[in-house]
Amino acid sequence: MHMARFKKTTKITISYIFLAIIGILMVYPLLWMISASFKTNNEIFSSIGLLPKEIMWNGYADGWRGSGQYSFSLYFSNTFMLVVPTVVFTVISSLLVAYGFARFRFRGKKVLFALVIASLMLPNEVVIIPRYMVFNSLGWLNTYLPFIIPAAFATYSFFIFMLVQYVRSIPRELDESARIDGCNSFRILYEIILPLTKPAIISVIIFQFVWRWNDFLNALIYISSVRKYPVSLALRMSLDVTDTISWNQTMAMSVLSMLPPVLLFFMAQKYFVEGISTTGLKG
Amino acid sequence: MRHRRPTRQLKYRADDQRAGYLYILPWIIGFLAFQLYPFLASFVYSFTDFSILRPMKFVGLDNYKRMFTSDRLFWTSLKATVLYVLMAVPGKLIFALFIAMVLNMKLKFINFFRTIYYLPSILGGSVAISILWRFLFSRNGTVNSFLNSIGIGSLDWLGSPNLALGTMGLLVVWQFGSSMVLFLAGLKNIPQELYEAARVDGAGRIKTFTKITLPMLSPVIFFNLIMQMINAFKEFNAPYLITQGGPLNSTYLYGVMLYENAFTYLKMGYASAQSWVLFSIIMGFTALTFKSSPYWTYYEDGGEF
Repeated sequence: MHMARFKKTTKITISYIFLAIIGILMVYPLLWMISASFKTNNEIFSSIGLLPKEIMWNGYADGWRGSGQYSFSLYFSNTFMLVVPTVVFTVISSLLVAYGFARFRFRGKKVLFALVIASLMLPNEVVIIPRYMVFNSLGWLNTYLPFIIPAAFATYSFFIFMLVQYVRSIPRELDESARIDGCNSFRILYEIILPLTKPAIISVIIFQFVWRWNDFLNALIYISSVRKYPVSLALRMSLDVTDTISWNQTMAMSVLSMLPPVLLFFMAQKYFVEGISTTGLKG
Repeated sequence: MRHRRPTRQLKYRADDQRAGYLYILPWIIGFLAFQLYPFLASFVYSFTDFSILRPMKFVGLDNYKRMFTSDRLFWTSLKATVLYVLMAVPGKLIFALFIAMVLNMKLKFINFFRTIYYLPSILGGSVAISILWRFLFSRNGTVNSFLNSIGIGSLDWLGSPNLALGTMGLLVVWQFGSSMVLFLAGLKNIPQELYEAARVDGAGRIKTFTKITLPMLSPVIFFNLIMQMINAFKEFNAPYLITQGGPLNSTYLYGVMLYENAFTYLKMGYASAQSWVLFSIIMGFTALTFKSSPYWTYYEDGGEF
């Protein structure tokens, strides 16, 4: 009996040590990046330690000012101008569509919903060239409309799928009784479904914010003038000239670029993890 | 449960129909304009010499013929991509499953570890992480400094054609958190009685794993497999930003090739053909996976839809 307990304690201790080592491996690169942003260029290359000899702020100050015409104030505000409307429209359109699929009976619904699922599997790569041509002929290139307008038309089908799952788990009796009380379908959506769907909506906001924030390929294709660059393109630009410029500036700006998604994650991680485990997509 | 199936109303209520269509109208428009049209157009483009520079001409199967017979870069890229997928996806999933099983042992601080492990998944695709990777694994980067200090000596992580693809794969494995969360949720759903019964029957640890855990988790595993495979086949940021497809095209992954053909060389017809080949490959893998797993979602409303 004693032996068994001893064995169990050992097993648990080993598990903790193992988990801790993995945890350190996971966050070490990130911590290292933060520390590098406070180091001098020489020190970045010469030490693997996390504590800088002396904390240097000029990586941030000079990095923010940027090497070209524009500073990172512009790149950050550009990113928000791109990401925030996209997220807002995604939430509104996806919720309306999800409500339509989850709560109404209409001809062809199964086929249409199968198309939602099918478009989930459709790689962006297949449609990106004709989309580019469409946006080109509409005069939308080098604007944020190629991100915002498709969001307004519920083109990010992942979120429809996610919200349909969620709305379907809300008991129908709730809206039936509201209907008997004389609520129209929009009021039912607004007053019953919306409050109950809040956790899923928060997941939509977080996922879409983080993905749009990190998005590089679409920005690379649609945005051509530096004045309209989001942070991802600005960072790429600094990477191209890093051989002559200070690494610590690039590191500093990279750290800042990761801040909004990370803050959002920590603020709402409960929903984040729930969202991913209930719908189980992407990652 | 057949006897309990409700008698289906075959008639649709008119106002119900109208409201339903109205709510999904944004999606219908968006689907037609931004998904179905581009999807069909890209198929048509794939039989043309379409380029933004000149009027397009139909060339029949020429693009596909060229791709499979004379474009050496296509084969290089396809091989690198398949190798990358075969390395990164199982690596990530096995690691994620293993960690999920450790976390499932009813330890304390699970939430803390889960958060830490999940963090890289949020940042993984960003330019900042590609910059970090490029730096950590450069010839005089941190990883090599560490390896030198413990006497292993440095490796040319990104400069050697044999290693570069693996270094990209490590970046994928580093983002195992999202898969791990899914596995953890799946593991929690396995009825504890199954394990107790197995213990009573004297089944060993390996047997329990292969006879209970794996089969019970298989829907989650298959699902993860599909999504991760699709993502890995499309990978663009890391090879484009970290190695620019090099050295010697060893990390010239399919996504980079598509981007370059379409938007650098403006061979949009050819790139469309290549995107359809990618699509067929992905669909092939997906169909296989789907066939083997007919159920992976659970509906509160019993599938009545």
